[in-house]
Amino acid sequence: MNIEERLLQGDKRACARLISLLENNDQKAVDIIKRQYHKTGNAYVIGVTGSPGSGKSTLTDRLTKELRAEGKKVGILAVDPTSPFSGGAILGDRIRMSDLALDKDVFIRSMGTRGYLGGISKATWGAVKALDIYGCDYIFIETVGVGQSEVDIVKMADTVLMVMIPNMGDDIQAIKAGIMEIADVFAINKSDLDGADKTKLEIEMNLDLNEKSDYRPPVEKVSAIKNEDIDTLLQKVRDHENYLKTTGKLHERRRRNLKVEIVQLVEEELLKLIMQKALEGDLLEELSHQVEKRIQDPYTAKERIISLIRE
Amino acid sequence: MDKPIRVLVAKPGLDGHDRGAKVIARALRDAGMEVIYTGLRQTPEQIVAAAVQEDVDVVAMSILSGAHNHLFPKVVRLLREEGIEDVLVLGGGVIPEDDIPGLVESGVEGIFTPGTPTKEVIEFIKENIKRK
Amino acid sequence: MYDEKKLEQIRTSFTDWDENKVGKQLSKHPERKETFTTGSDKKVERLYTPIDISEMDYERDLGYPGEYPYTRGVQPTMYRGRFWTMRQYAGFATAEESNKRYKYLLDQGQTGLSVAFDLPTQIGYDSDHGLSEGEVGKVGVAIDSLRDMEILFDGIPLDKVSTSMTINAPASVLLAMYIAVAEKQGVSPDKLRGTIQNDILKEYIARGTYIFPVEESMRLITNIFEYCSKEVPKWNTISISGYHIREAGSTAAQEVAFTLADGIAYVDAAIKAGLDVDDFAPRLSFFFNAHNDLLEEVSKYRAARRLWARIMKERFGAKKEKSLQLKFHTQTAGSTLTAQQPDNNIVRVAIQTLAAVLGGTQSLHTNSRDEALALPTEDSVRIALRTQQIVAHESGVTETVDPLAGSFYIESLTNDIEKEAMDYIEKIDNLGGAPKAIEKGFIQKEIQNSAYKYQMQVEEQERIVVGVNKFRIEETEKKELLKVDPHVELLQKKKIENLKSTRDNDKVQEALEVLKAKAETDENLMPFIIDAVKEYATLGEVCGVLREVFGEYEQSVIL
Repeated sequence: MNIEERLLQGDKRACARLISLLENNDQKAVDIIKRQYHKTGNAYVIGVTGSPGSGKSTLTDRLTKELRAEGKKVGILAVDPTSPFSGGAILGDRIRMSDLALDKDVFIRSMGTRGYLGGISKATWGAVKALDIYGCDYIFIETVGVGQSEVDIVKMADTVLMVMIPNMGDDIQAIKAGIMEIADVFAINKSDLDGADKTKLEIEMNLDLNEKSDYRPPVEKVSAIKNEDIDTLLQKVRDHENYLKTTGKLHERRRRNLKVEIVQLVEEELLKLIMQKALEGDLLEELSHQVEKRIQDPYTAKERIISLIRE
Repeated sequence: MDKPIRVLVAKPGLDGHDRGAKVIARALRDAGMEVIYTGLRQTPEQIVAAAVQEDVDVVAMSILSGAHNHLFPKVVRLLREEGIEDVLVLGGGVIPEDDIPGLVESGVEGIFTPGTPTKEVIEFIKENIKRK
Repeated sequence: MYDEKKLEQIRTSFTDWDENKVGKQLSKHPERKETFTTGSDKKVERLYTPIDISEMDYERDLGYPGEYPYTRGVQPTMYRGRFWTMRQYAGFATAEESNKRYKYLLDQGQTGLSVAFDLPTQIGYDSDHGLSEGEVGKVGVAIDSLRDMEILFDGIPLDKVSTSMTINAPASVLLAMYIAVAEKQGVSPDKLRGTIQNDILKEYIARGTYIFPVEESMRLITNIFEYCSKEVPKWNTISISGYHIREAGSTAAQEVAFTLADGIAYVDAAIKAGLDVDDFAPRLSFFFNAHNDLLEEVSKYRAARRLWARIMKERFGAKKEKSLQLKFHTQTAGSTLTAQQPDNNIVRVAIQTLAAVLGGTQSLHTNSRDEALALPTEDSVRIALRTQQIVAHESGVTETVDPLAGSFYIESLTNDIEKEAMDYIEKIDNLGGAPKAIEKGFIQKEIQNSAYKYQMQVEEQERIVVGVNKFRIEETEKKELLKVDPHVELLQKKKIENLKSTRDNDKVQEALEVLKAKAETDENLMPFIIDAVKEYATLGEVCGVLREVFGEYEQSVIL
């Protein structure tokens, strides 16, 4: 049996191998996705984002356990930053999900951003499809979480869950702009700390100012480590899911995201083509020398490279 | 980007001394590898489950409590039961020389005892990983 | 300590020496390295003079041994009155074998017992628990119930020895068992002398044998403080540890800082629980590492004593003398032992012993030469003990108190370490105290960075480890190593089976149920733990009940 067959049978190893192949840009993997694409669209994708230290992994662990109690199959993609210097990464989110490792209906995969900016990795798109085909009902994507550069998660998730902790103080001001627009549900984790109510109030006030259509993101206090109010939070996520489904907005949202994905794929391919041409015979090297010496300007250099494509 | 080597660094059993495991994890990261660090108190079953889902090239375990003769081979055995033959299994920690042949025979291909430079571990991995 | 005119003269003559004499020497013969550093990577100058300690005041900063701020020692006569306690950590496999080793050591002149427990015991699991597989009896003795404890101390008069138990998360249970054994010997608790390590914060930081979450663990610790202050007054209820923090890779200053920060957290917790600082502070003790850089280590101990005395007096307002005194046990640094050319380790341990003794330790454990490979053989342990005895009787360093005081380098370094530690403690205070700093990963990150830096220095040959990255040989000589009997696990399992069939299981159930109920209240749990162990409830059963009520600590890893 090959990977594709085993994947359809729910073989974890096959799913894991497929994700690796996607990460390595293997054409075989893309072909599998192509053939099985009609099977995707069932999994509901929840993006979990928030600053480092906000407890995303622990919260994801707890939410997963709630879903498991309902018999749902869950996939988790935990993304951590790849070092721009060495190209390596330490992926440590699994630690907070140790119990789930042995659950046969939970699949946890750690991914490095591998140079991609935006909080996730380029292969995350493909990995979500792989988990979808594998049979997950829910897929969590845990992003790197650095505030404003989180925006990419919106392009992938059906619900974006923003995790915050009390007393972010000035940080709230700084990240407010990005966050208020993208989050569908807010979770204030470590609710036992002082300032949880204040933080909740601040967010609510900001939401008042940014009235967004007929859906208002709920703000829930939770304590992941104490396992408190997790069910309430999950309910809010479910409420958003139901809202999207009943109003038809889910289709709209997904279509918008898929449009972005298609454009992304085209951009990538074109860039690859162009760079291949430009790198042929050290053209780029030559041009950059000329531009540096003021023999040529960058705009003319561009025109030269583009003209190669038109040929 | 070249495809990075993926390594699972795990601490099986009850031993809580993780200085070495953490130093290795960092060194491997600085050498361009993706390191999935599981933390403490991992059972052999948990380690293997993680290795499967993460589709790693290497499983590197560290034990300083003397339980290596029991736990390392168990991990190898469970990996084989999952049908995994192409993962490089390494062990480190306080391991007497006398125990090394037995461990190698059970499938742990590299044993790195106190004083081993991290460079040596990195080289060994690069030269011995089974999938390219 | 010097008058300003004299200092000016010295400044001038120093500059003269530095520029001329030294300058000339350097142009002919450069120094071995660009920069010279201590074992903790602190810059070391070529020479120290009165200028480096010009701000010091003898009475204020040094004082006399046995007097505030105790820089020179906690006791006026120190080793002239009595040597430090020679206390070798031991215990392996079964209680029977450990008992034999203890009797051997006591015969050979050891003056206190130190018990090492295996990992399942340290983590509150019985030998038949799933996670205990492969671990039973490996790093210490397996204690599953009071019966094992009775065997461990069989024939050892608990009113005559002082016993130190390296136990943390389940310390309350092991202490309860010790008290129960003593009772059977006819020894009342008020006669018992010893220590339990009982320092849970360092478990979260560096050692990993935790069970319960932070708050609940602190509750158990303050329960023990309270109980012992009334019932077991001669017992040292905590050994606030820096040893493991150093082993995890910290610097000397970090060792002092993080240890004392933990100490502050314990004092805070006890005061919050309603105890008066002078009621429990006299029984607080510390546990430090003795590392390679002898001069830095001596300075470290002195800095720790002075800093703690100041903290207890100024921050907590302690009044009793004994509350201000930092008493400590030392262990030579395990992480410096090499697997290559193991006999070299005897020399390392000798240097580290000198450091601890010149630093004024109250008790000392010296590692054996083969400990990078396995638990030590009888021969190796004897050599380790002899090392202490030779330093005590032949080296002369014990004939006067705090002999290195007044050295320009030592005093300067003592001041530096104290200052660096204070800065760290301030940072930790700003984070909300040690428990919060641990939660945020601040302490762990600092340690990991130091550890990584050290490793890279060794690999780049900036730091030499003899036999490892220099002066290597083809390792052919094989040493006799200790092997732990693999049947221990089986033996212990049988013992548990036997125990459960011969004890009164109804009484056990009852005691456990009472304990569970009490755990949910604020009451002191010691009496109820003692009741349960007396009925021969197993360690796993008692800890199981507490796990149910308290939950388990979830590790957060910051890499």
